[in-house]
Amino acid sequence: MAYIAIFITYIFINNFILTQFLGLCPFIGVSKNSESAIGMGMAVTFVMGIASIITWLVYTLLLVPLQLEYLQTLSFILVIASLVQFVEMVIQKNSPALYQALGIFLPLITTNCAVLGIAVMNITEGYNLMESFAAGIAAGIGFTLVLVLMSNIRERMDLHPVRKSFKGVPIAFISGGLMALAFMAFDKSLLTNLLG
Amino acid sequence: MAGEKKSILTKGLFKENPVFILMLGLCPTLGVSTQVINGLGMGVAVIFVLLFSNIFVSLLKNVIPNSVRIPSYIVIIAAFVTIVEMVMHAFAPAIYKSLGIFLPLIVVNCIILGRAEAFANKNTVMDSILDAIGMGVGFTLAVTLIALIREVFGAGTITLMPIGGFDGVIEIPLLYTYPVRIFSLAAGALLLMGYLKALFEWNTNRKGR
Repeated sequence: MAYIAIFITYIFINNFILTQFLGLCPFIGVSKNSESAIGMGMAVTFVMGIASIITWLVYTLLLVPLQLEYLQTLSFILVIASLVQFVEMVIQKNSPALYQALGIFLPLITTNCAVLGIAVMNITEGYNLMESFAAGIAAGIGFTLVLVLMSNIRERMDLHPVRKSFKGVPIAFISGGLMALAFMAFDKSLLTNLLG
Repeated sequence: MAGEKKSILTKGLFKENPVFILMLGLCPTLGVSTQVINGLGMGVAVIFVLLFSNIFVSLLKNVIPNSVRIPSYIVIIAAFVTIVEMVMHAFAPAIYKSLGIFLPLIVVNCIILGRAEAFANKNTVMDSILDAIGMGVGFTLAVTLIALIREVFGAGTITLMPIGGFDGVIEIPLLYTYPVRIFSLAAGALLLMGYLKALFEWNTNRKGR
């Protein structure tokens, strides 16, 4: 039950892009066509899941026993940066097809604040290992969902006349804002109604 | 020469404003802009980190091998972010709490890594300091502007530092009773950012003509 709650929370209620403002750069930058949106979303979900596990382990098994909690930010960003590099190498070697699809997005993920965001959030929320993993995957799915919706909206919008000043980024933000309004329908009461 | 230095300092304010023109550092801009004081606190934290990371990157530009430069920059930045976190935790616990997750996330703020990569690693220390101040102040102006609009319309208040008998909150008569709630919601931040960006685009287009 706790896992279902985590999934619903991170996909809909606390959606990373629309309510937490994490990962806005790819939301604006990579949402121009739906293929790259799906690629970026999958790469982010993948890295967030693994990063959640590893940063949780680093924090609980290394930083807490040594009383080095203040090194959290520094160690997490190093873990994420090397993890992304490592994942890139593994995929390149073992699955050229997957590398074709995700490859160009992987280097961008290091500086995606959603990944560091979920790692820090797992610690502040006090999740255990499995809950952290679930939160990482769920946040990644929520990110992908919004990114894909946005890319479809933008593909349609290309066919319509938009005032010159609003073309591109401004209209993307405004569509995002309207989408956030729609996502406000998902709130804490949804969770209580569903799970009691 | 003096004019060149001045242009390094001032280009970050408007012409190359990191938020409105370069579209960098969007997440913290929208995330912390619920109250004016949060915007200012975030601005100060970013100026500090940007200043020191620019100084150190510029000093070490001949020492750091080219192939590992990005990880080295990230370590330098993360070290200063940790210092800011600890200082804020000790001396401004209220701001520390309301900035929350966005404080450690300064590490991945693209403004800082962007300036290290695009400016500090090929310019002198002096120029890098000027660039950091210009860009940092430009960021602070943008965050504070958005925070001001959102707080004034969304809550009808302006929250500043409490000094002496003044509790730090200015109430705006009519808006305090009838606030336009959407501005303080997440959706309002995105909409406002869209309209402000459109305004900047319009201004640039008008000048270009």
